Amino acid sequence: MSGHTDMVLVDENGMRIDGRTATEHRPIKIEAGVLKNADGSAYVEIGKNKVLAAVYGPRECHPRHLQNPTKAIVQCKYNMQAFSVSDRKRPGTDRRSIEISKITAEALENVVLTELYPRASIDVYIEILQANAGTRCAGLTAASVALADAGIPMRDIVPAIAAGKADGHVLLDLNKEEDNYGQADVPIAIVPSTDEIVLLQMDGNMTREEFDKAISMAVNACHEVYDIQKDALKRRYSVKNEESDSDE
Amino acid sequence: MERRNAKPKRELVLPGDVIDESGAKAGEYAYSREGKVYAAVMGIKNVSPIGVSVIPLWGQYMPSAGDFVIGVVNDIGPSNWMIDINAPYPAPLHVSEVPWKVEFGDTSRFLNIGNVVFLKILSVDESKKIQVTMNDSGLRKVEGGLLVEIAHSKVSRVIGKSGSMIQLLKAASGCRIFVGQNGRIWIDGEEDRAAVVADAIKMIEEKAQARDLTEKVKVYLESKLPAEEE
Amino acid sequence: MSNQAISDIKRDHIINLLAKGTRTDGRSPSDIREISASVNCIESADGSARVKLGNTEVIAGVKIIPGAPFGDTPRSGVLTTGAELIPMAHQSFESGPPGEDAIELARVVDRGIRESGMVDVDELCITEGEKVWMCFIDMYALDYDGNLFDASNLAAVLALKTAMIPGTQYGLPEWDRPLPITCMPISVTSSKIGNTLILDPNFDEEHISSARLTVTTDDNGNFRAMQKGGQGSITLTELGQCLDIAVEKGKEIRETLNKIIG
Repeated sequence: MSGHTDMVLVDENGMRIDGRTATEHRPIKIEAGVLKNADGSAYVEIGKNKVLAAVYGPRECHPRHLQNPTKAIVQCKYNMQAFSVSDRKRPGTDRRSIEISKITAEALENVVLTELYPRASIDVYIEILQANAGTRCAGLTAASVALADAGIPMRDIVPAIAAGKADGHVLLDLNKEEDNYGQADVPIAIVPSTDEIVLLQMDGNMTREEFDKAISMAVNACHEVYDIQKDALKRRYSVKNEESDSDE
Repeated sequence: MERRNAKPKRELVLPGDVIDESGAKAGEYAYSREGKVYAAVMGIKNVSPIGVSVIPLWGQYMPSAGDFVIGVVNDIGPSNWMIDINAPYPAPLHVSEVPWKVEFGDTSRFLNIGNVVFLKILSVDESKKIQVTMNDSGLRKVEGGLLVEIAHSKVSRVIGKSGSMIQLLKAASGCRIFVGQNGRIWIDGEEDRAAVVADAIKMIEEKAQARDLTEKVKVYLESKLPAEEE
Repeated sequence: MSNQAISDIKRDHIINLLAKGTRTDGRSPSDIREISASVNCIESADGSARVKLGNTEVIAGVKIIPGAPFGDTPRSGVLTTGAELIPMAHQSFESGPPGEDAIELARVVDRGIRESGMVDVDELCITEGEKVWMCFIDMYALDYDGNLFDASNLAAVLALKTAMIPGTQYGLPEWDRPLPITCMPISVTSSKIGNTLILDPNFDEEHISSARLTVTTDDNGNFRAMQKGGQGSITLTELGQCLDIAVEKGKEIRETLNKIIG
């Protein structure tokens, strides 16, 4: 957000360096049920981001002192793999991943029907295999598909995407250059059936008008992400079904 | 699950999908908000006189009182055993709930880690504390045979409409079969035959949605089971 | 379930089948599971591979960065290998810094690569005594169904084999070239259940086995690294069998990898 460049991020026709318009998200690919051991899992690509999410649970809560006698807790671990960024990231948790893990768990806890599983824990693991701006949104998008894949009761599936500002334009789903040299970034996640916001961060510099525009852009795009999430889950089901019918 | 003549088309629903707007009651794995019923898991929509519910495609087994399950001893205490019943919660088996007289601290003489037991769920309280018992007919420690694990949501297919599938499996193979509600199935009999039953059960799990499943299983068993010796 | 006990019935079943020369998934004792891999799957890495060995899955990425050489080898590049058993891969894995299992795993894979001279570190000197290429190999278990040693070895070897030195990224465009590779060290792990040796154990087999031996060979079938693990012992005869099969299978696996790379 603080860097400076002579690069033109948005040209006179409103086109961005990767050929997108202001309101377009990067290509999104989602696959559900990609791991064997985990109770639920998903793989997500958003542009050049590659993310895996796995869910274990509901299961006995460790450490025990975190148990809640009336509901399950959702715990999340977001981790960037060493080779996921251009300079090797030293393995291990840092303050940034702890913060992202916390807000991701909170967003998911909002939709999971936690009261069905007192004392239990639902554990969500997000691994960033390749990072290119927007990993927290990609991670949350993957995690909620993994939760549904695990058969965990939830109000809705949570999609996430960012909007921001670069070259003075409000843009959807910033890529790495726009994120590095832009003026603002606003990742959000919503509950699509109600449009409630369950994750929101902002950094940079925006007017009220620009912010409103960014939010409405991101909420619209969340609904598009939502459709792709649901499609991935349905595909997983139909793959299983085709296997059944192709037998005869 | 078997009431498919009521609705010929199986409607796949996802969490957040509206599954009723007519004021029906939300059943299992569904919730209502502002007069509408929504799905809470991925599964098949199920309409009944009681309400609209969802039959989950997968997910964890949640024990309820009266269920027969197969457990594996996980840990041993002085007056109880901790049993893994394939659920979100471990199930303590107290010494008063076994058919033996066990002195305090003498638990490992009766059941050890890794032992397999048939159990009944006695009770599940509000905070999901589970109690299990071995004091009922047919409940015991199990040795030998094969143990197969399937998704608990597919157990009803293994049993079949009024027990038709399980009867077929037993009759065709001559094996003894105990189906735990928690998705664990124990098969005992001649080794080759038990192995075929195990494969057939895996096939039932995979093809749970297929039409004429009982017929398919019958054909499978006939082709795979070694010929009966006269 | 953090401490998932393997039931007696499962254990007996595995042992009974082994007595008849077969295994729960239909393999013979000397069969390894199917290997599949996608190489160069991570663009942010200089080399990468995601490998499946049956249901065990490992991702490895290589980062190549200029840095200072060690004082005693001023003309040699530096190799560093790390492994993490992340909780995504299995319910028994916990988050946190690598424990003894992860460290042993990384060191065994490292030894095969280092001792075989797979990466020609003498070809990685930029300025003697000042700047050399440092090669970081990071491996993550994604799905654990036994034999992480061989799966990780395969992932690391494929990632290195397909790695490119990112010269331009560091203002050294004359260095843009594949990482200098001399051979492919392949590890083959045998596990002992009762008195039977099996190759490439899955999770259940690994957990009822008493001992294992990982043997890494080079292209010539020479031995480059070994590691015995587990509380049990192996006899000298069994050792001989493990060595023979490591050479034989190593050759087959090398062919499979060459096909994958194309």
